[in-house]
Amino acid sequence: MTTTSMKAHLTRRYMFAASHRLHSEEMSPGENRSTYGKCNNPYGHGHNYVVEVTVSGPVDERTGMVCNLADLDGFVGHEILERYDRQNLNLLPEFAKVVPTTENLCIAIYDIVKRGFLHAHLEGIRIEETMMNSFEYAGENTR
Amino acid sequence: MIYLTRKAEFSAAHYYHNPDFTPEENRRIFGKCNNPNGHGHNYTLEVTVKGEVDPKSGFVVDLRQLKDVMNREVLDGLDHRFLNKEVPEFFENIPTTENLAIAIWQRLAPKLNQATLHRVRVYETPDLFVDVYGEQ
Repeated sequence: MTTTSMKAHLTRRYMFAASHRLHSEEMSPGENRSTYGKCNNPYGHGHNYVVEVTVSGPVDERTGMVCNLADLDGFVGHEILERYDRQNLNLLPEFAKVVPTTENLCIAIYDIVKRGFLHAHLEGIRIEETMMNSFEYAGENTR
Repeated sequence: MIYLTRKAEFSAAHYYHNPDFTPEENRRIFGKCNNPNGHGHNYTLEVTVKGEVDPKSGFVVDLRQLKDVMNREVLDGLDHRFLNKEVPEFFENIPTTENLAIAIWQRLAPKLNQATLHRVRVYETPDLFVDVYGEQ
């Protein structure tokens, strides 16, 4: 029996903690308050974000793997967790003009992984902002 | 189309080793998982089947039958086993979570007759899981 010709999707969960404030320069103070509610608090607030990175591909016959987990952990550790953990998202360049909602965070993380992680195909990014809210992004023109 | 997911748990031991690699390559590629004495996990299996709802029973699949198939085809052979030494799929293939999910797909797909297998998900730990959909 061969077990190596089928495609597999591998998902790894990571966690980081960061603060943010939802505020748009294009809205009046009243609009910001009505749109973002408590999230518009000028001092910011934080979350324990859980990021799920899903990659896919054929399973390598020699290793039994879609990609080596050490490569994925190394990339995400260096490029995502070091970048976002214990940071204020509003101060990072990608959120200078973009509101750091978890939707936009999904897109930012997807773009970093898509551009830099070349050991497997990126299927998508899923982020849990809290246990009650989660967001998924699989790139443009998908699903 | 309705999708139904049944969960199960099993515990098993494994280690990663390719006899075609040198000892150094095995250690570099597989890291701690290369320890030949093995280590174990509490795996969680999620089996998702899909199909139309039977108008008489209201079921997409008889859950008792699905549970019996999962027990007979998968859990009886994997639970509390050393995968490399006791499970034929892994006498030659490396028992990674990817290959485990594929082996479970191959065991279940031909045995389900009421509904079609949609996805096999295997959690090795709460932070690592693999999905297969039977795609080549």
